[in-house]
Amino acid sequence: MSTTATPEAPREKLTKKILTADHPTWCPGCGDFAVLHAFYKVLEKFQFPHENIVTLAGIGCSSRFPYFVNTHGGHFIHGRAVPFATGVSLARDDLQVFVFGGDGDGFSIGGNHLDHGARKNVNLTYVIMDNFVYGLTKKQTSPTSPIGFRSKTDPTGAVDQPINPMKKLVTSGATFIARTHATQIKHMMEMYQRAINHNGFSVIECLSECVEFYAGAFDAGNPRKGGEFNLIDEKKFDGTPEDEDRHDTSDSMAAYQLADMEWPGIFGVFYEKDRPTKNDLENGIIKKAREKTKEASDLELLQKTFNRLK
Amino acid sequence: MSESKQKKENVNDVVIRLAGNSQDGIQTIGGFLARLAGRSDQEVITYMTIPSTISGGPSIFQVRIGSGEVLSAGDSADFLLAFYQHSYEEHLSFLKEGGVLIYDTEYVKPDVDDKRFVYVGVPITGLTIEAMGGSAKDKGKNIFVLGLLARMFSLNVEKLRTLMSEKLLNKGEDVLRNVLVAFDAGYGYQVDNVLDRYYAFEPSKQVDGKSQVTMDGNQAMTLGLITAGIRYGAGYPITPWSSIMEALRSELPKYGGKFIQVEDELAAISMAIGFSYSGNLAVTGSSGPGISLKMEALGWAVMAEIPVILINVQRGGPSTGLPTSVEQSDLLQAIYGSHGDTPRVVLSPKNVEDCFYVALEAARIAKKYSTPVIILSDQALATRIEAFDEPNLEELVVDPQLNLKTRPSDYLPYSMDKITQHAPPGTIIEGGKYPVVTGLEHDEAGHPSGNPELHMKMTAKRREKLQILANEIDIPEVHGAQEGDILFVGWGSTYGPLREAVLGNTKFAKKLGHLHIRHLHPLPNGLETIFSKFRQIFVVEMNDSGIYGYGQLATLLRARYCNSSIRSINKTDGLPFKVREILEGAKRLSGDAVSNYSAYPYE
Repeated sequence: MSTTATPEAPREKLTKKILTADHPTWCPGCGDFAVLHAFYKVLEKFQFPHENIVTLAGIGCSSRFPYFVNTHGGHFIHGRAVPFATGVSLARDDLQVFVFGGDGDGFSIGGNHLDHGARKNVNLTYVIMDNFVYGLTKKQTSPTSPIGFRSKTDPTGAVDQPINPMKKLVTSGATFIARTHATQIKHMMEMYQRAINHNGFSVIECLSECVEFYAGAFDAGNPRKGGEFNLIDEKKFDGTPEDEDRHDTSDSMAAYQLADMEWPGIFGVFYEKDRPTKNDLENGIIKKAREKTKEASDLELLQKTFNRLK
Repeated sequence: MSESKQKKENVNDVVIRLAGNSQDGIQTIGGFLARLAGRSDQEVITYMTIPSTISGGPSIFQVRIGSGEVLSAGDSADFLLAFYQHSYEEHLSFLKEGGVLIYDTEYVKPDVDDKRFVYVGVPITGLTIEAMGGSAKDKGKNIFVLGLLARMFSLNVEKLRTLMSEKLLNKGEDVLRNVLVAFDAGYGYQVDNVLDRYYAFEPSKQVDGKSQVTMDGNQAMTLGLITAGIRYGAGYPITPWSSIMEALRSELPKYGGKFIQVEDELAAISMAIGFSYSGNLAVTGSSGPGISLKMEALGWAVMAEIPVILINVQRGGPSTGLPTSVEQSDLLQAIYGSHGDTPRVVLSPKNVEDCFYVALEAARIAKKYSTPVIILSDQALATRIEAFDEPNLEELVVDPQLNLKTRPSDYLPYSMDKITQHAPPGTIIEGGKYPVVTGLEHDEAGHPSGNPELHMKMTAKRREKLQILANEIDIPEVHGAQEGDILFVGWGSTYGPLREAVLGNTKFAKKLGHLHIRHLHPLPNGLETIFSKFRQIFVVEMNDSGIYGYGQLATLLRARYCNSSIRSINKTDGLPFKVREILEGAKRLSGDAVSNYSAYPYE
């Protein structure tokens, strides 16, 4: 396969200013502003070639993200951002693929795709801004709304058991799973960086408050509102006795148990494991097939097939 | 056959129907016969039915081999081979008067007093077991039958042996040896004890010197896609689409490409669109139920103007419907399915060969017009085998190009002045303003906008490019009479029987023409001129005549041309049209006898 590209020109440093596009349509005070800001800052650090950054999303308030980032972007349909992004990632190893979305997009209408993107270990980074409510459609119960949450679809309080995102991700086989809070910029950036550096399907659940329809939802995790932002104490493998009790991020059972902690839970990297990515596996299949064909041209291969059908 | 006391009878058009159960391997014999015909430059069309259950059930494979043009699998059989009593009982009515019934004497007790037929009883099961040894049970009796047919039709045994060796090469020498033992047993059977003649095909009239290739419609479609430079795709298994995805999955890596099996139909089209968005035109496909699921994402591709190829191998609907039967009831879905005004291109191949060429055309149109293109194939095309001239690959093969040429700073993804050509990610945009490709209504730069005037303009932009496409489509050729009494209009796999209906009637009073439409949306320009030359226009479709009495294409043509002489011949029995059914339909609608039709090319 041939590529026509234009040769490298001297590059301008990527700054927040350059990366800023349309002004967000989010309500003033929305947690997503911070997630966007952290994204700019992290891109400033990484300095990827500008044209190779791709920002993709499904539908929802947070899924408007691509319009606010000046990169190649795609605003797809509700729930299907992961398979859409998978196509981009698998065809183009040269790109940095980011997916943004909310809890409805990721855990409800797109829940099945999240599982399969995770088990396939597609190389991309998926940031789920979880606000526990449907915001764009103005306050209906979401898959992460807690029992008792009063919404327009549950006026007497939600009755269905909410999804536990960390548990869902652990069981579906995501290879990088982190949880953060939109009020904690530094932590968010750290999670972003580790997710980007991870080769595989990296997911960050970011608790991001909907000030309009679920104000105060995440105060319990925000020290400035009297809450506690407790971090996962990761194992250092230093042989010390205190290391025994620390969390081994390669232990999926331990990650699953951490996900059971009482609200507001704990933040940081729950799970991180190197496993061959779908990208690598598919490239491996190609490599083997190409070797077997002895690097034959397209025409030679086709001719061979047609000869067999004569 | 030198010692034979049999008479030789030359034949130029023979229909053989093999009837048994799906586990008997009759598809295998049929496949060998078809391939042999192809290699001998005979024309061939096959037809098969398979039960939709896994563990067997009655099944047929029909082969029609001819020395001249073979257009359909045949309305009736010259030879019926019945493995079981139920095969005999169910299919005897399909046998022509004077036809030959070959049957397994261990399972079939025919009514030999019925003098309309010639009876050839052969202890197929017993002789197979005898030849192959006790442990074989009756496995291999299909190959025994192939040997038997090879003798009866004086087929080229060397070519058949080569074909069997090629096919079974990777199954091990033991398997091949067993198969050849069964074949020899069948070939060695003294058929002259029960049949007073043997048959020989007249040499083919094919003189163009091109080699023939033999394959089914799904194979042709797959190879068309690869030749067109398609290197990416995604799919979910469903009958009768699966064999395309299976073939792409194993073939594409050889070409450096990827075909991904995904969790569902929604993911399949979404991923294909993702591939296309990344600059690599991709394919997805399915059959009815899966196509319904893909409709939302298809609408996105229309709105965002991302090219993608969507193959629908139609089967009987609605819902789960008839998974292994044929129907053409997805036309309106293909053209109008998905919410909103969603103009897209719809093409339909007319035969197996055309499955190859339609895939090439779909890719060309998708790229040029940055649009989704739906290919409407069907179960009959997907599974039937035909021999056709080998395509000129050197001329046709497309090198897949990923175009990441830098775009100028005034680049607009949705410019009003030209047909959209996206800049895939990885493309540098001078000035550093990068585009968002979107399913929201948008301005020229891709920014969301609900502006009423803009929506009107963008709706027109998406529609107008297909109107431009319509200008470059050739007006289809009319077969048979160029003007006259009745014009048959068809699309898709009805091509063969329709053409045969017209050819077979040239000597009768009614002047019949046949117009076949490959470009279903947009339609070619100029059809009204053709229509104006015929008194009556009968649109022949395998779908329901609907509440208002017209099939799906007929409805469209009536709406577009306001021509009240357009009427419908429909059927919904899940089987391909027979020539007879078309002519009977015409007779019914035209109110007088079309002809005393008898099967072409006899008489």
